[in-house]
Amino acid sequence: MPRHLISIHDFSKEEMLDVLRMAAEFEKNPSQPIFHDKVIACIFFEPSTRTRLSFETAANRLGARVIGFSDADNTSVSKGETIKDTIKMVSNYADLIVMRHPLEGSARYASEVSSVPVINAGDGANQHPSQTLLDLYSIQKTQGTLKNLKIDVVGDLKYGRTVHSLLQAMSHFSPTFMFTAPEELKLPEEYKVFLRGRGISYTETQNLTEGFNEADIIYMTRVQRERFTDPMEYERVKNVYSLNAAMFDECKPKMKILHPLPRVNEIAYDVDNSDHAYYFEQARNGVYTRMAIIAKLLGAK
Amino acid sequence: MEKHLKVSAIKEGTVLDHIPADQLFKVIDILGLTHSGNQVTFGTNLDSKLLGKKGIIKIADRFFESDELNRIALIAPQAKINIIHNFEVVEKRELSIPSTIKGIVKCMNRVCVTNHQPIETLFTTISGDGELRLLCHYCEKVTRGENLKIISNE
Repeated sequence: MPRHLISIHDFSKEEMLDVLRMAAEFEKNPSQPIFHDKVIACIFFEPSTRTRLSFETAANRLGARVIGFSDADNTSVSKGETIKDTIKMVSNYADLIVMRHPLEGSARYASEVSSVPVINAGDGANQHPSQTLLDLYSIQKTQGTLKNLKIDVVGDLKYGRTVHSLLQAMSHFSPTFMFTAPEELKLPEEYKVFLRGRGISYTETQNLTEGFNEADIIYMTRVQRERFTDPMEYERVKNVYSLNAAMFDECKPKMKILHPLPRVNEIAYDVDNSDHAYYFEQARNGVYTRMAIIAKLLGAK
Repeated sequence: MEKHLKVSAIKEGTVLDHIPADQLFKVIDILGLTHSGNQVTFGTNLDSKLLGKKGIIKIADRFFESDELNRIALIAPQAKINIIHNFEVVEKRELSIPSTIKGIVKCMNRVCVTNHQPIETLFTTISGDGELRLLCHYCEKVTRGENLKIISNE
């Protein structure tokens, strides 16, 4: 286990499975104040309500006290303090740092100057490893296994970092992928090269519902307006890549829909009541997974 | 046939030959020769069978570690290194591309932390299919050979 959690690449298959095992323990008993004597810093250089609340909940359920900031505007960063100086200061105060920063590679750099463990809670479009681990946890929990699953990944496959990390993490478990994306947001070639190198088969389509009936998991992502040069094209794609309950009449009973959230209109509200909707539970799984990550890095068990 | 050297010989030191003509000044920069107190003579756009046009640099009384010289392999992989003692070539060296590159090169990812904070860049080299690529240790993006931007030693 690395001393920090920066990139999903730093994890072996066994280390990932170990985190999932611990997360399952925390799910059985979510209030375990084993770190009542610890201080955890959540420093968010750009706002992220969901991830920050999830980490702070995880820290609180472990009994730790939380310090930090939720955006950089009113901090010394706005006075021009470097990442190094901020991290040097915070690592004097806290036993562990959870950090989000818009620059790619910032978390790796922070881990090199910090004297305490660092968790990357998102460095720009690069990595967000706790999201990947909670996705794996959700997949394993709903399917009973991670092996030999059919996974449909839908939406922004070009810029979506959760998608890229998910592919890399799942590549250990011989999945079959269906990639559904508009032409502008297709999966970059480098990831296809990676999958082919691993002997993992995949199909690409622009037809939203293709493969839904065979899928074990549909992993939905948000199509973002700022990714399009042509606003008309965005409007068209946004309306095409939208799920509704009628699309799932003939799917596998155990099929679950995941979404890293927030959703905008890519999943209609009528899906929420179906047995296939899993995105809110997925968010709750995030707390257990982050408890497991914190416990690992602070050396529990 | 007239035979004389375009760049005069040195008695002791290092000669870097077969540098692509358009990379000569970058090589000078990477080796920090702009601030060198040694006698440095160079020529560029000289005729070369191998490269068409080549550059050559002769540095008197200066001998480099392999690590120092290998840094120029990124932009002048075919360069030949001759070590000179008493006007004679006593050793020939070839460059090898190092497995990691510290400094020298800029990450081509605009939003990489190394382009915004005072951090030395660090890359792992991926060779293989003939083309040199650099994997950024920080942002995990790949900089391709054709996009290499050298950080000036100035």
